[in-house]
Amino acid sequence: MELINGYPAYMRESIVKVEQTRPARLYATFPAMSLDERKVLLTHFHPDFKEDQKRPLAFGPSQGMFINHELADLLEARPLIPSHLDVSRVDYEVDVLIIGGGGAGTVAALWSVEAGIDPQRILIATKLRHGDSNSTMAQGGIQAADRPTDSPVMHYLDAMGGGHFTNRPELVQALVMDAPGIIQWHESLGVMYDKDAEGNFVVHPGGGTSRNRMHSARDYTGLEIMRVIRDEARNRAIPVIEFAPAIELLMDDHSHVAGAVLLNLETRRYRIVKAHATILATGGLGRLHMQQYPTTNHYGATADGLVLAYRVGAHLTDLDAIQYHPTGAAFPAQMAGLLITEKVRGLGAQPVNRNGDMFVFPLEPRDVEASAFIRECYERELGITTPLGMRGIWLDAPMVDILHGPGTIQTALPAMFRMYQRFGIDMTRDPILVFPTLHYQNGGIVADAHGATTVPGLFVAGEVMGGIHGKNRLMGNSLLDFNVFGKRAGIAAAAYARQTTPGNLTLAHIDAYEQMLRAAGVDRDRTAPRLLPDYRGREALERYLDIPL
Amino acid sequence: MTTPQPDLITMQFMGKNYQVPSGLTIMAAIEYAGYKLVRGSGCRAGFCGACPTIYHKGESHKLYTALACQTLVEDQMCLVQVPFVPVARKRYVMDALQPTPNIILQYYPEIAGCVACNTCTRACPQGIQVMDYIQAALRGDIQRTAELSFDCISCGICSSRCPSDIKHYPVGQLARRIYGKYILPRSQHLADRVSELAAGAYQDEMTTLMHLSLEDLKVRYEQRVFEPVVGQNDEHNAVRQWGSPVDPVDFQDDPQAILSTGA
Repeated sequence: MELINGYPAYMRESIVKVEQTRPARLYATFPAMSLDERKVLLTHFHPDFKEDQKRPLAFGPSQGMFINHELADLLEARPLIPSHLDVSRVDYEVDVLIIGGGGAGTVAALWSVEAGIDPQRILIATKLRHGDSNSTMAQGGIQAADRPTDSPVMHYLDAMGGGHFTNRPELVQALVMDAPGIIQWHESLGVMYDKDAEGNFVVHPGGGTSRNRMHSARDYTGLEIMRVIRDEARNRAIPVIEFAPAIELLMDDHSHVAGAVLLNLETRRYRIVKAHATILATGGLGRLHMQQYPTTNHYGATADGLVLAYRVGAHLTDLDAIQYHPTGAAFPAQMAGLLITEKVRGLGAQPVNRNGDMFVFPLEPRDVEASAFIRECYERELGITTPLGMRGIWLDAPMVDILHGPGTIQTALPAMFRMYQRFGIDMTRDPILVFPTLHYQNGGIVADAHGATTVPGLFVAGEVMGGIHGKNRLMGNSLLDFNVFGKRAGIAAAAYARQTTPGNLTLAHIDAYEQMLRAAGVDRDRTAPRLLPDYRGREALERYLDIPL
Repeated sequence: MTTPQPDLITMQFMGKNYQVPSGLTIMAAIEYAGYKLVRGSGCRAGFCGACPTIYHKGESHKLYTALACQTLVEDQMCLVQVPFVPVARKRYVMDALQPTPNIILQYYPEIAGCVACNTCTRACPQGIQVMDYIQAALRGDIQRTAELSFDCISCGICSSRCPSDIKHYPVGQLARRIYGKYILPRSQHLADRVSELAAGAYQDEMTTLMHLSLEDLKVRYEQRVFEPVVGQNDEHNAVRQWGSPVDPVDFQDDPQAILSTGA
């Protein structure tokens, strides 16, 4: 198909309409919704309310939780290893085992060291490379109420309302009260935040925030934080094993979590880690592609931590609510699902339909905004359909440069600009087509404000932890969350490790899990954790021979 | 609307030919051909540097570098993925460093061996002026090194191509941390707020809020007054903050340049 500066002719016709309405829209704002209006929109259009796509979890401590089939299939699945696997030969004995080498895991490791644990008595085991995580991909910013016009109290209100008041108050309190201290810690580590000449942070609003509270590092905020904390972990010589996911937690004879079975992804050899305390920081689940949505998540986001924790009896919460980021790329196809940071809207770009008309306040909380996009495309039929049949609405990106001056996109949004430029689109001149994309696991494993789960010896931090964001997370609270709860879990695990000595290792809990599977009568062919998604071509798989080499 | 069938093209991956649809990224093409990636796939969005790829095209002698997730596969591409580039970094104690002009040279003296061939810059999939930031580091210009290297995703392609064995991305990392810690001014508002919190401020108000009934909490939420979104002449104007002669996005990314070459 012939493209004119990146777009086919029929899309160009719609872009002309967007350009025509732009001058009138520049200083106009579509009104925000009331709580009641939000509720009606959500129940009619948000994917979480598609009942046929979900089922109640069949057994276990969170039995009955109404979750997507894709996740239920993993929780109702057999372990990858038998319970009689020899776990008597311990390969690593450590004080703190951290499963997951993203933001939460790395922060936890650093604070375990601060809390007095010898770095050599810590082990980070991660499925891909150290830093391969959703943390690295976070673009827009991190929230912290540190300006005189702002306060942790306002931050608390914004977060609670964004989560539809389902968040656990003590976790939100920890989140907002610790936030300024976290940013100061980052300053001391040398994170290059956007600042003015006096050292004031350049701040932007985010969806659902009543103050401009988003601290950013261009649109590489997560990358900048991640690479600095990773660099610091390397300075402290904290051991990391890459390409070695945990495939099962180990318990001891007192029913405490006491380590994990790691799998070397290349040799398929397993290793036994015995640990005084274990922190799960495995991240989220975007690569399960709930309801066939594309995702913004990294390659390893397959909900492994939820599976492992559920097998040792941890409670889960709010997993019925999955976050679909309103602005995933819908065109070109090579970018489908990739994140277009909320900062684009924070800088003034409006979402408009194919006629160039506004239809929603640009910075509603994410689930509300996403639902409005879905309604515009599928009920009002005012979206644009791409050549591959995907629908989307326009995000009027050129407004950013008009409102803030030429060059803003290239300087404040270099990652976005670069990505579109690679695929032939100039977002300083043309709007970009967007549609909701699977972005975040709002819920997760139940824990207290120090990351301690209901299972002794098991701590959690980051996206795998639930309750902080309730049913919907606000922008900028996940970078904050992994720092706050990574720190708290790292310190709490260090204290726990000092006063506990693990007993004999056992996998008896997976026998018990298999019994629950049998009793519930669920399909026993499936195994979990999934570890990696499979994108091999159908034609290639049709002739695939599973023979030993 | 009917889905158009894309043309098939021939990609040579690790020495074997595969027919793949045009319009796929290199990473998607490798998977289409039947490979399940373990290494060589990370964020799949150009942020992590897990998928450095080396290729040439057809009869051309030129060797190109790219990120597999951010580059379209082309007919007659002959390519291989680099699992990672082994890059040695130095350990340092941040609190003990001084932001002196020769600090980077102390840790990475090999940058003095830069022959200014610009191979690193040409190899960079992010379009970063890599050689310029190495030269800036050599001159002791920490700020320019930090700002020019800011968009680095640590894929290591630059270092794999360098004739002087310079390890570029640790140089940029060290410069950015020194700049962030010692040269960027600290936020006074932040320091004030941290002291307030340490003294117990907001605790009472927070406790009250946490114990409100759901109904009262919703009322408080609906009563929020929004701070205005900033506009052209605001103090937070991104260009005003970043508007140094050091443009983080270089000529390769310049829309004018793209349009004039018709790429």
